[in-house]
Amino acid sequence: MDDSIRFIMEDLSGPLLQGTLASLKLIVCSVPFGLALGFMLASGWVYGNKPVSWLCRTYVALVKGTPLLILLFIIYFCLPSFGLTLSPFFASVLGFIMCNGAYNSEYIRGAILSVRSGQLIAARSLGMSRAQAIISIVMPQAARRALPGCSNEIIYLVKYSSLAYILSYIELTGAGKMIATRSFRFTLVFSIIGLVYLVMVTIASIIFMWLEKKLAVPGFEAKRQ
Amino acid sequence: MGDVILKVRDIHKRFDSEEVLRGVSFDVQKGDVKVFIGPSGTGKSTLLRCLNRLVEPDSGQIWLGDDEITHAVDIDGVRRRMGMVFQNFYLFDHLTALRNVEIALIKVLKMQKASARELAMSELSRVGMERFAGKYPAELSGGQAQRVSIARSLAMNPEVMLFDEPTSALDPELTGEVLEVMKKLASGGMTMLVVSHEMEFAYSVANEVLFMEGGVVVERGAPREIRNDAASDSPGRFERTRAFLRRIDG
Repeated sequence: MDDSIRFIMEDLSGPLLQGTLASLKLIVCSVPFGLALGFMLASGWVYGNKPVSWLCRTYVALVKGTPLLILLFIIYFCLPSFGLTLSPFFASVLGFIMCNGAYNSEYIRGAILSVRSGQLIAARSLGMSRAQAIISIVMPQAARRALPGCSNEIIYLVKYSSLAYILSYIELTGAGKMIATRSFRFTLVFSIIGLVYLVMVTIASIIFMWLEKKLAVPGFEAKRQ
Repeated sequence: MGDVILKVRDIHKRFDSEEVLRGVSFDVQKGDVKVFIGPSGTGKSTLLRCLNRLVEPDSGQIWLGDDEITHAVDIDGVRRRMGMVFQNFYLFDHLTALRNVEIALIKVLKMQKASARELAMSELSRVGMERFAGKYPAELSGGQAQRVSIARSLAMNPEVMLFDEPTSALDPELTGEVLEVMKKLASGGMTMLVVSHEMEFAYSVANEVLFMEGGVVVERGAPREIRNDAASDSPGRFERTRAFLRRIDG
């Protein structure tokens, strides 16, 4: 027992802390762009002209239909042959944004479609342009409705950020794997790593619940009992 | 005779196989209140929506003041000059009453936030809703919501107000407060086109009642004549209007 504690304190805590920070860096860099991409894809799909709408739909279908790992391999290993070499970190972030954006767009699209059509009509009748009406009236409502779905997607991202280690970016999982291999204490190391992910996901969930509450509009969402 | 503020000529509109408007023409003078009545599905709402081109008419011309707006490029600019009130209010669900009135002032008229707020507040008090400025649409009764939506349109300082069945979605005890606001507007000289079956309102404030059927105006006249005709049993000029009014009276 003492031995385990010493192992955790001396050998494990430092690298895991660094790994956690590296994971957070991946997540924090991916989330805002993943959301932005989701909004762009969803509005392009719903409001774009035919080519734009088709392009958004095709993109979402492609990304949804491909394993993230394959997407990461394509970005990291295939793009260099087209002259675009990315560091493991940027390749991972790009892959996460592409994947997260595609899934977010589906939640946001559903939310846009759930906004009552009269909202847009009323906005236009006041002299707002289509773009103004979409940005100021439809999107704030859609964002509220998409939030639970998108937060779920971001929680997935927290977990699939571990795939970055396959591109040799040493984040939480990668750091743990190295120590486990060296020390043969697989059970202990991976249990602790699992715990760290659990804590990160819990914190993210709490943040999103707080956000949902903060953005709540009376009578707009179904009442929570 | 005042100035003609709105001139409508031979408006046609077809949805798929159904011709909803089959040539509607009329003039509106400044300060006029015109009430459109008629069975449902005769194109009254479509007509109003054609006027600010929320629905594009297939043919015909509309002039707002001196501007031919049927082919106007800046349709947003035209809509700013015509307020519209809808049957189902269409208040912006995520905004308070005050923000509902304020948002177009800021986004469309590019007013400063402080002056937009001040104007929005004064429009809310004009419809007796200043105490509810901080309430969201879901927290308002139908009558209150409709008053806010009227304030939202009035704030844009429109030349004409279009009312599309403003009281049809309301419980009977709530129509009064909305009609009160509309009467006040009319007596203040606002030019109003109203689709409504509130005949008491029509008789007391309208200059003209237009009876539509089958996509055209079939009979039109002064409210008093229509009322007298409706009450009489001898043949008159407003046979079809009379038959319709008796039908809705039950």
